[in-house]
Amino acid sequence: MLYREAGQFKSTYAQDQQIFPIRQDRIAIGVLLAFAAIVVPLVGNEYWLSAIITPFLIASLAALGLNILTGYAGQLSLGTAAFMAVGAFMAYNAELRIPGMPIIGSFIIGGVCAAAVGIVFGLPSLRIKGFYLAVATLACQFFVLWAINRVPWFSNHSSSGVITAQKIEILGYDVVSPAGKYLLTLAIVALMALAAKNLMRSETGRAFMAVRDMDVAASVIGIPMMRTKLLAFAISSFYCGVAGALYAFCYLGTVEPEAFTLDLSFRILFMVIIGGVGSILGSFLGAAFITMFPIFLNRASEWVAGVFAVEIPGAIVSNLEAMIFGGLIIFFLIVEPNGLARLWQIAKEKLRLWPFPH
Amino acid sequence: MRKSVLAALAIAIAAPGLALAQAKEQFVPANFYWVGPYAPGGSGFGGGIIDYMAMINERDGGVNGVKLTWEKCETEYNNARGVECYERSKGKGPTGATVVHPLSTGITYSLIDKATADHIPVISMGYGRTSAADGRVFPYIFPLITTYWSQATVMVKYMGQKSGGMDKLKGKKIVLVYHDSAYGKEPIPVLTEMSKEYGYQLTTIAVPHPGNEQQSQWLQVRQIKPDYVILWGWGVMNPTALKAAAKIGYPRDKIIGVWWSGAEEDVLPAGSAATGFISAGFNAPGTEFPVMKDIQKYVYAKGKGEFEDKSRFGSIYHTRGVVAGIVTVEAIRLAQAKYGKGKPITGEQMRWGIEHLNIDDKRLKELGATGLMPTIKVSCNDHEGSGLVKFQQWDGAKWKVLTDWMEPDRKLVRSMVEADASQYAKEKGITPRNCSKDE
Repeated sequence: MLYREAGQFKSTYAQDQQIFPIRQDRIAIGVLLAFAAIVVPLVGNEYWLSAIITPFLIASLAALGLNILTGYAGQLSLGTAAFMAVGAFMAYNAELRIPGMPIIGSFIIGGVCAAAVGIVFGLPSLRIKGFYLAVATLACQFFVLWAINRVPWFSNHSSSGVITAQKIEILGYDVVSPAGKYLLTLAIVALMALAAKNLMRSETGRAFMAVRDMDVAASVIGIPMMRTKLLAFAISSFYCGVAGALYAFCYLGTVEPEAFTLDLSFRILFMVIIGGVGSILGSFLGAAFITMFPIFLNRASEWVAGVFAVEIPGAIVSNLEAMIFGGLIIFFLIVEPNGLARLWQIAKEKLRLWPFPH
Repeated sequence: MRKSVLAALAIAIAAPGLALAQAKEQFVPANFYWVGPYAPGGSGFGGGIIDYMAMINERDGGVNGVKLTWEKCETEYNNARGVECYERSKGKGPTGATVVHPLSTGITYSLIDKATADHIPVISMGYGRTSAADGRVFPYIFPLITTYWSQATVMVKYMGQKSGGMDKLKGKKIVLVYHDSAYGKEPIPVLTEMSKEYGYQLTTIAVPHPGNEQQSQWLQVRQIKPDYVILWGWGVMNPTALKAAAKIGYPRDKIIGVWWSGAEEDVLPAGSAATGFISAGFNAPGTEFPVMKDIQKYVYAKGKGEFEDKSRFGSIYHTRGVVAGIVTVEAIRLAQAKYGKGKPITGEQMRWGIEHLNIDDKRLKELGATGLMPTIKVSCNDHEGSGLVKFQQWDGAKWKVLTDWMEPDRKLVRSMVEADASQYAKEKGITPRNCSKDE
């Protein structure tokens, strides 16, 4: 950035190992969090909070989950939406069937159930890799939706298979306003992102990356293959499960199994690819790009129509939106195949030298 | 262009009067879909409702002088985008969104809580949550005209009629081929319940979304040799089913489709394989209704109108949209009569309007919509309001109406609606309204 670490001396190991070693970075992230927690709920209207920012945060969490598995541990998965579905439906059932269950407890149960499913469907990863593993996780995607559709217990015998999320109550306080739901989502996502960041800096995270880069070498240096791969599946599915529960409780309020189709799995995979494979920040950037950009394009067309006083037919707007969006994805991938997170890193490095590059 | 210059001049001159001038508008969001696999339905229905509102503006100058306005928002038939469109549109216009037509069962489900909290009525005409017909539990949700469950009972009745009496249904084999989604599963409880009463054998066969591969399902149909097949399809699943039925030689006039299987877009791609196919419907197609002629005269003749392809004018989806427009405008008219003529109404007032909607034969005639839609009378208790269904047959070139409006099995449907609604109320902690007291 414009600043550098000059003059900031580290005298302990703890200081040396901080996530953000430069003071300015720490201040910036603190300001960003404070902005998200205080200013956004005060300034943001209902539309922004409940239709743009909350879904973006939830998508980020799901992308983060997939990034742990695909980006860090190198196991390609197409079952993300299925893990989200498990999280959503099990959190609903936990809330429904266990009297007095606190909502956070339900989210955790949803996540743990997703993790269990993840471990089961992660078993093939011990034998197969790459695209073949993707096919195995595809089976998970179809199996989970099939099971939720077929077993009426999951949807509490609702005739159409649709569940309605219960009221969110935390410490006797009803969370009904968009701002409340946003803050709950923000808190969970921020905590889990911090946990993910630290996990990746720990021994476990390094084992994930060793497996990703070359699993034979990793097992030679003593990393247990089975434990590491299954742990990656479990942690990743836990993140996706919590994201699914948030999707049901804090965003849509009512979900049907069809909300978690393969389509959603692909969208989350695209978020990871565009944002940056193997990057926490990338998960957020990718989610922002995929969830917000189509809406931005849609609104921009409204604005263009308003300024130039021309009426653009609805069908053309919708098709243009899809075309521009697709074009931009290709553009970004050509300019920077490593994703938006890498672009950000390059920008930071350039700014270190600015305005006097070599 | 000249109009907008004039308007700008008028605003510049009468700036203090601006608020007043703005206030003479009634905003109705047009959140439909023009792209994707379901675009024929979305653009047709959306085109119909917009055309009707445009006609009211042109012919009558709005509702008692209050102009109807709208803004399109693409939902892609996707729940998340539908919610985004709803949130975007709900604050527009002088009184916010008057009423929302989600045109997707999934989006309707997602909006039930939100719209109830925001006091914006949702009309889910022929789709959505069936048990929302219990207005005591769902004050802001209106599955108007008819619901899936009513339709299922009428279908059984029609099959009975075709077989020569309801008692003849005993021992008959009926197969339900359905879209494997919340929408497709909706009729199963009713059909199962009725099979106990009439003694037919029901087999259900699911077709996974989107339904462009149905060979194994229809081979199963061939093995069962059913007397009737109920086709509960949507989008590309419909023509595929008809083609598959033709391949195994199953007579098309024994296939009875749901109203989302019974549009021109559903049969034309199947070509000659569709001839003879029967479907239910709560609106009739055609260009000869006086209201359609008015739309032609006041909108299309002036070079406006939603369809560039004029052959879609008067198609099933188009007239269904027109019916939605009629219901919307009539409710606005009613609410204005109570809360002040010539003034824009709020969502709460609109709710009152829809709940007191009563379009009888006389009113239908005045509207020029006799035969286009059934009569409808909504109440606090009953948010469906009609339940009547017609049957039509595809003769290879157009839909021919076969029957008059047919009555559903109200007792059965109502008892199931109440059971489901009270379970919902219990889950959500809602105390049902007392309709005998409610105004």
